[in-house]
Amino acid sequence: MAYKRQTDRLPIIPANAKEHNVTCHYCIVGCGYKAYTWDMDQQGTTEPGGNKFNTDLSKQQGAETEAWYSPSMYNVVRQNGKDVHLVIKPDPGCVVNSGLGSIRGARMAEMTYSPVRNTELQRLTDPMVWRYGQMQPTSWEDALDLVARVTAAVINEQGEDGLFVSAFDHGGAGGGYENTWGTGKLYFTAMKVKNIRIHNRPAYNSEVHATRDMGVGELNNCYEDAELADTIVAVGANSLETQTNYFLNHWVPNLRGISMDKKKEQLPNEAHAPARVIIVDPRRTVTVNACEIEVGKDRVMHLAINSGTDLALFNAWLTYIADKGWTDKAFIQTSTGNFDQALTGNRTTLEEAARITGLSVDEIRQSAEWIAQPKEGGARRRTMFAYEKGLIWGNDNYRTNGALVNVALATGNIGRPGGGCVRLGGHQEGYSRPSDAHVGRPAPYVDQLLIGGKGGVHHIWGCDHYKTTLNALKFKQAYKRRTDMVKDAMSAVPWGDRPAMVAAIMDAIRKGGLFSVDVDIIPTQIGQAAHVWLPAATSGEMNLTSMNGERRMRLTERYMDPPGRAMPDCLIAARIANNLERVFREQGKNEVADRFKGFDWKTEEDAFMDGYHQHEKGGEFVTYARLRAMGTNGFQEPAIGLEGGPPAAGGTTTGQTAGVVLQGPAIQGARGKEPVLLASPQPGGSAAGVVAGSERIVGTKRLYADGKFNTKDGKAVFMETKWRGLQAAGKEEESKKFAFLINNGRTNHVWQSAYLDQQNDFVVDRNPWPFIEMHPDDMAELGLKPGDLVEVYNDNGSTQAMAYPTDRARRKQTFMLFGFPSGVQGNVVSAGVNEFIIPNYKQTWGNIRKLADAPEALRGYSFKSKEYTPPA
Amino acid sequence: MKRCDLLVDVGRRRFLSGAGLAAAGAAATTMVPQAPARAATAPARVTYPSARLVNIKDLKENEPIAVTYPDADAPGVIIKLGKAVPGGVGPDRDVVGFTTMCPHKGFPLHYNHERRTLNCSGHYSVFDCEAGGQETWGHATQNLPQYSLRVDANGDVFAEGLDELLYGRLSNVL
Repeated sequence: MAYKRQTDRLPIIPANAKEHNVTCHYCIVGCGYKAYTWDMDQQGTTEPGGNKFNTDLSKQQGAETEAWYSPSMYNVVRQNGKDVHLVIKPDPGCVVNSGLGSIRGARMAEMTYSPVRNTELQRLTDPMVWRYGQMQPTSWEDALDLVARVTAAVINEQGEDGLFVSAFDHGGAGGGYENTWGTGKLYFTAMKVKNIRIHNRPAYNSEVHATRDMGVGELNNCYEDAELADTIVAVGANSLETQTNYFLNHWVPNLRGISMDKKKEQLPNEAHAPARVIIVDPRRTVTVNACEIEVGKDRVMHLAINSGTDLALFNAWLTYIADKGWTDKAFIQTSTGNFDQALTGNRTTLEEAARITGLSVDEIRQSAEWIAQPKEGGARRRTMFAYEKGLIWGNDNYRTNGALVNVALATGNIGRPGGGCVRLGGHQEGYSRPSDAHVGRPAPYVDQLLIGGKGGVHHIWGCDHYKTTLNALKFKQAYKRRTDMVKDAMSAVPWGDRPAMVAAIMDAIRKGGLFSVDVDIIPTQIGQAAHVWLPAATSGEMNLTSMNGERRMRLTERYMDPPGRAMPDCLIAARIANNLERVFREQGKNEVADRFKGFDWKTEEDAFMDGYHQHEKGGEFVTYARLRAMGTNGFQEPAIGLEGGPPAAGGTTTGQTAGVVLQGPAIQGARGKEPVLLASPQPGGSAAGVVAGSERIVGTKRLYADGKFNTKDGKAVFMETKWRGLQAAGKEEESKKFAFLINNGRTNHVWQSAYLDQQNDFVVDRNPWPFIEMHPDDMAELGLKPGDLVEVYNDNGSTQAMAYPTDRARRKQTFMLFGFPSGVQGNVVSAGVNEFIIPNYKQTWGNIRKLADAPEALRGYSFKSKEYTPPA
Repeated sequence: MKRCDLLVDVGRRRFLSGAGLAAAGAAATTMVPQAPARAATAPARVTYPSARLVNIKDLKENEPIAVTYPDADAPGVIIKLGKAVPGGVGPDRDVVGFTTMCPHKGFPLHYNHERRTLNCSGHYSVFDCEAGGQETWGHATQNLPQYSLRVDANGDVFAEGLDELLYGRLSNVL
């Protein structure tokens, strides 16, 4: 039975409620919200003067009203030690979402920690340690002392390579410029940690190395370009579900023809029509369905390629477009290099591509025409290329990424209105770290090293490998074995005898054990193996800055207290540094201890000023005070000046500017925005000083608008990207050995690995187990009814899911929810990676068998089609 | 409230066009509930009117009837589904009622006869009438508000409550 809250009314926001800027801390789109808080014993009234909306709330409000919020947008939280009412609702004034709220973001209030209303009581409130055979609360001093002593002891014995780190690298919740800087300064400046990985992949690397190597940062356009494009090409992306309000607020207007006036105004003297859409995806998604409904099937091509064959399609596009003479020759001449070599090296006929991809020659030809055939009147067609995990976590990541950027460059579609070649993104971004050049390329395959017994101590920051890594079952088996050795050793020693405790832990580590420190906001699945949990604060419990998929940077203002003693990650990193300094000094290692200076931050703003403000290009213009004044619209990075200030040089940094680090491994620092870390701090920057001025910041709408790219000579570089089949080791054999493609990805209801959603009744009611979408005929063959629990298995491992019938699926091609707590898809993903250790989650094959009939929780559950149907 | 009237009007028209019930406007005859008597102490929950919406004899399987509840500004629908379903009343426990304002942004929902779902033309949300209004797919952070129904000895179907907050009002009873 569908979950219902039985809420019949909500407290009204009084006119004098406090208002805070909020950017949704979940997906890349970063919708603008406002948080309203007011005293517990106050309430607004329905009269216009008595509420925040100045509206008569005794009347029914119309569609899209500002003057309504759902029960999920309300909670009671602590603010400065007092309970207050909280409403977090979408901001109609934000240009990103124009008041739209997704099923994830519009639950932010309900996903806050509230002992009063029993929400998210899983949140960690105290440091916890493995004591007497279970996790027990302790003080920060006690927990940090143990972490520092064991970490120092491991470094003393094994060097810094004995310290393994898993750390978020993004913005939004579990990230942000403050926190990536805090962790980055600890591991890359105070130390030079090499054995480090990122939250969703087993090494410290870029997911989009190729585009960066070509000189094209991956977040190079603006959301308005989706309103201006003649053709939108979406590769391995399901934007209605995973960049929801970007799709609804910026793609749909172009499909409906609503953005036609904007096109005519901004791009006069050329023909305009509603957009055409090309979607490359083996699976028919709700995005395909929505596009067909909005613009008509004759303007939508769903290219349902054989899984993992994108590269062959892109090479055929490039070949056909060049042979037809539809390339942008002037742009290629002045702004790029290596075109002829790439064209020759990648030459692929329509027929060859058809054979590899399973598409028809006509489909490939027609899609190439939609991309590049000049418009009526001869104007260049404006095509926006957007890709995400279907490409990034797909076969031959590096070359496939490069092959798509080739097509975008050849057609002159980067840096221009209605164009762009961009990743769509998962999380928001918020990367500000010192150089990672010492990590090297390829970076160490951290998961394999941990499985192989390497390392003595593991610091985990907002990652849960148990749910979100590849080869997850084997990883969990090894990790549990190694951490259990340390747990058993700890249980044999009295807690109060610190020297004996550290000695026992070190003894277990010498025998192959691993000491695990987990910094997170909740007890995670990998946390079950950890010996110390350190409670972190999240967005809204701290001030936090991030940027979205068009580099739009905003400040989410703190509107509530963190749970218990939880602290921002940047301050946890600083306190770890302080304790390591103390312990090394105690050991007489003053030279080592000195490296841990510079962590005297008291607030997250201190970390921001030390990091972003001093080190990021344009950071000198950016302060909390100015971001507050910029509200939910913020500015688009890089900042190039202040309104009313002296004229600043805009344009693209090409390597000619002294002091700017470009290319090489440090390019990771760019995270797709053009500015990268400065080699030395900005002169006059203040680490701890708070700048009060609230001038408006001037940003950058599109990158590369000047036709210059991120290379020494400013020219983008075409890449040779030959098709080489299923690239990762063992994938080809796996595809032949097992019956079903176990494609995988996200679903609309659930954010990320459901770390918060797992305690949200509304979400769990719909997703008690991960679904696996199957064709009804495949289910019939296996004797499956809707909701039956099935085992998915192959040589890598096994996992479980609930069968969800859909005739959208092709026979023998399933789609399973990724990263879900009650059935981890990563268990059946092989350890195979590309040359830069990028995982290949998507190309996974397995067998399926029934485990059990549908559980009671699925009584009254909807197994109907997820596709919307228009009125008959 | 011009916008509000428009919404309800649009809601009826869109719903009816979706349902293909050109002549069913008359079926939307509902009582306009009386405001509850003022109490000395406000009750903890809103007081829902008991409103006769249809007679069970008026219902044909899979032919929805447009209604309003708890007042004329809140469009909804009564459907006989032909099999026992969550929240279903009547001898076959197959009669259900739902709001037809999408709990995401308040757009009117229309009925898909084949799938027996309510669909939102605003942003593509789908709610399952046979599963208590569960959001099969969509953007609303609520499942679809469903009516608490009662059938009396004469076969009159009364709505007497709702299980979620309606879109566009901070109190289900205004």
